[in-house]
Amino acid sequence: MKKRDFLKNIGLSSLGMAVMSTDALAGEMLDGPKPKPKVKAVSPTGNMPKLNYGRTKDEAERDAKLMAEKFLTEHELKTITVLSDIIIPADKFSGSASQAGVTGFIEFIVKDKPEFKTPMRGGLRWLDSTSIRLFGKDFVSITPKQQIEIVDEIAYPNKVKPEFSQGVNFFSLMRNLTATGFYSSEIGHKDMGYVGNRPNNWEGVPENVLKEFGLSYS
Amino acid sequence: MFDFQIKDPSTVYDVVIIGSGAGGGMAAHELTKAGAKVCVLEAGQYFDPADPKYITQMKQPWESPRRGASSTRAFGDFDAAYGGWNIDGEPYTTTSGTEFHWFRSRMLGGRTNHWGRISLRFGPDDFKRKSIDGLGDDWPIGYDDVKPYYDYIDKMIGIFGSNEGLHNEPDGIFLPPPKQRLHELMLQKNNKKLGIPTIPSRLSILTKAINKDRGACFYCSQCSRACLAYADFSSSSVLMIPAMKTGNLTLITYAMAREVLTDPTTGLATGVSYVDTVTMTEKVVRGKTVILAASAGETARLLLNSKSSRFPNGLANSSGVVGRYINDSTGASRSAIVPALFDRKRYNEDGVGGMHVYTPWWLDNKKLDFPRGYHIEYGGGMGMPAYGFGWGIEGINEKYPTRDGIKKAAGGYGATLKEDYRRFYGAYIGMAGRGEPVPDYNNYCEIDPNVVDKFGIPVLRFNYKWSDYEIKQAKHMQDTFEQIIHEMGGEALGKKPDAKTNYGLAEPGKIIHEVGTARMGNDPKTSVLNSNCQAHDVKNLFVADAAPFVSQGDKNATWTILALSARTSNYIIEQKKMGNL
Repeated sequence: MKKRDFLKNIGLSSLGMAVMSTDALAGEMLDGPKPKPKVKAVSPTGNMPKLNYGRTKDEAERDAKLMAEKFLTEHELKTITVLSDIIIPADKFSGSASQAGVTGFIEFIVKDKPEFKTPMRGGLRWLDSTSIRLFGKDFVSITPKQQIEIVDEIAYPNKVKPEFSQGVNFFSLMRNLTATGFYSSEIGHKDMGYVGNRPNNWEGVPENVLKEFGLSYS
Repeated sequence: MFDFQIKDPSTVYDVVIIGSGAGGGMAAHELTKAGAKVCVLEAGQYFDPADPKYITQMKQPWESPRRGASSTRAFGDFDAAYGGWNIDGEPYTTTSGTEFHWFRSRMLGGRTNHWGRISLRFGPDDFKRKSIDGLGDDWPIGYDDVKPYYDYIDKMIGIFGSNEGLHNEPDGIFLPPPKQRLHELMLQKNNKKLGIPTIPSRLSILTKAINKDRGACFYCSQCSRACLAYADFSSSSVLMIPAMKTGNLTLITYAMAREVLTDPTTGLATGVSYVDTVTMTEKVVRGKTVILAASAGETARLLLNSKSSRFPNGLANSSGVVGRYINDSTGASRSAIVPALFDRKRYNEDGVGGMHVYTPWWLDNKKLDFPRGYHIEYGGGMGMPAYGFGWGIEGINEKYPTRDGIKKAAGGYGATLKEDYRRFYGAYIGMAGRGEPVPDYNNYCEIDPNVVDKFGIPVLRFNYKWSDYEIKQAKHMQDTFEQIIHEMGGEALGKKPDAKTNYGLAEPGKIIHEVGTARMGNDPKTSVLNSNCQAHDVKNLFVADAAPFVSQGDKNATWTILALSARTSNYIIEQKKMGNL
C-alpha cells in the first residue's frame, strides 16, 4: 500500500495534500526509488520560537547552548516524524504532530532532559533493527502498511508479545512526547478547545453547563 | 586578607534589612513610609512583574522550546521563582538518615513572586497549641495581638474570601470571592454529604481594584508567574516598589549577606557584611537597627555565622535554640479521574491563580490518633495544555469505553487516540492536604563544619525527620481523599500511598513552609526573640520572616509573616520615637 492510500484509510482523504507537512511529503518520497529528498525532512531548529519568554541570563545562555547542540541525526529525526504522525495524524479537527512542530520539540527536549537521550536513541535503533529483521529495511524505508504492522505490536502495553516488550516502553515514550508536544502547540490548543490564557472576566460556569450537571450557584 | 569596602562610609542607615520577600518587603514598606532611611540587601537580581523583560504571564507554551517543562525552574519555565531547591554554587547538606529540601528564590520579592497566594490567618487556637494538646509550645502572643495587623494587611494588600464565623478560621476584610468552577461546585455538593466543609478560598488576589497603583484580576489563572497588573500580592510589586518610591529606600541587589556585624563593647548590631556577587568583593553596610528577613533558613544561617568572642555560639544564640524547631507543613496529595466530566463542553475556565474553594480543618483532634489538623486544597478544570499534558494515557484509556461504547486496549495511536485526549480533558481533579506538624527540638539546621558555598560562606546542614504525629496525619489525609473521590463518582489514580511511603507524606521542605528557626518566647533560655521579634540578646536586632514562628498551624505562613513584620515595624517605630533604639 502506498502511503497515500494508507492515509486515506485512516480518514484523511478529504484533507488533500495541501495540509500535509513537508515532512510527510518527504516521508512519502521515501516510498519511491529513494532520491535524496530535496526538502529536508526536519529542520531541527527551524521551527524553534524566538526566545522571548522572560529568561534570566543563565537560562538564556543554557537555551542557546542547547539550540546549538546536535544530538539526534537526520535519520533519527525522520523516523520520529513518521512515528509521531502515526501517533497523532491529521483528522477532521486538526493537523498532525509534525505540522504542530513535534519533531523540533522532541529534538530539543532530549537535549534539555538528557535522561531521554538513551531511551530515544536506543528505542529508534530497536525499531530499525526490528524493521530490518522483519522486512529487510529500516523503519522509514518500509511501506506504511509494514510500519503499522510493527506499531501494532508495540502500541498496546497490555497485549504485547514477549519478543516485542522492549518496543512498548519506547512507543509509550514516543506517544507521551508526541501528545505533549502536539497539545502544547497552537494547533493542539485549538484541537483541545482551550480558550483561556487571555484577559477575561470570570463569571462562573455557563448556564447551560450548570443545567446539564444539575448544579446552581444559589 | 579581604579588603572590606564600606559601601558608603558616611552613611549609617536607620535600618538595614536583609531580604526583600514578604517579611523584608513589609518592614521596608512600613519603615520608609514612617520616614526611616532604610537599606535592603537582596541576594538576587531586580524583578518587577510589570517589566516586559521579566514577564512570562500569558506567554504561550510554544514560546518555550521545552513547552514550559521544569528543566531549569522547579515549577516550569513560566514560574516566577529564580532559584529552586537546588542552586548552582549554593549547596546545603543534611545529616545522615535525615532529609530536607530548601527552596530559595534569588530575586526582588523572593518567593512571593510565585507563591500560591493562599492567605490564611492563624486562628486563636493556632497560637496556643500547647495549652490544647500539651505538645510543643504556646506563642508568647495570641490572636488578639495580631488581629489588628491582619486587618491592616487585608485592607492594604487585598484578599478575597468569605466570612464564615468559624472559630479557628477567623473572618477577615474580604473582597468578593470568584464563583466556583464546575468541579468545585461538584466537590462542594458531594463533600457536604460527607460533612466536609468546602468554602471559598482566601487568596490575596484583587477581584476588585483597591487603589490606583494596582489593577484588578483578569482571570488568567497565572499568579505563579507574577502579575503584570499587580493584581495579586508579590512583595516586589506591592511592597518593595512602592517603598522605593518614598525616596527613603536604598536597594542593593546581588548582595549576599555574610554576617551581622556587632560592636564588641556594646554587643549591639552595627551593620551587615555582604558579598557583592557581581564583582565578588566583600562590602559592608552600616545601620542603627538590623532586621533579618532572609527566610527562616537564611536567617538562622546568618545568626549562626555571625560569631564573635562576645557571641561564640553565633549571634542572639545564648539559648542555643537558633536553628532548632525548624518545621515545614506536612503535605500529601492524590488525583482522580471523574467520568461525569468526560467530553465536557468547552469554555474559558482559567479563573484566578489557584483554587476557588478549599476545606478548612473540620475535625476534633481529641477524637483522632494525631494531634494537629490540615486543610485541603483542590485542583482541576480545563487548564492550559503545556509540557506534561496527555502523559500516561496508556494507564487510563483502557478503563473507559468511548462515547460510542467501544472498549479499547490500553495505549494505541491515531485518530481514535486523539479522541481519547479530548474526552479526558478537564476530567481530572487533584487534592492536597497541608497540615500542621509538631515542632521538635531535634529537628534543626546548623552550620556544616566542612562545607562553604561559592561565596565562601559556611552552609546549612539540616537534620529533619517526621514523627508519627505527621505520618498518621498523612494517613488520615489519604483516607479522606479517597472518600471525597468516591463520593464524586471518580476513580483515584495510582496506588494508594501506604506505610512504606509514609502515606505519601512529602519530604521535609517540599511544601516550602519552613518556619521556626529563631522562635519567639518570654524566656530567653528557650527562645531567641521576645514577643516583638526583637532578639533577647541584642536589642537592635529583629527578625521579620518566618523564623520567629513557634508553630505554624495548618495555615500557609505568608499572611502571618506579613502581619508580624508590620507589627514588629510598628514596634521599632515606637521604640525609635521613645529613644530606645
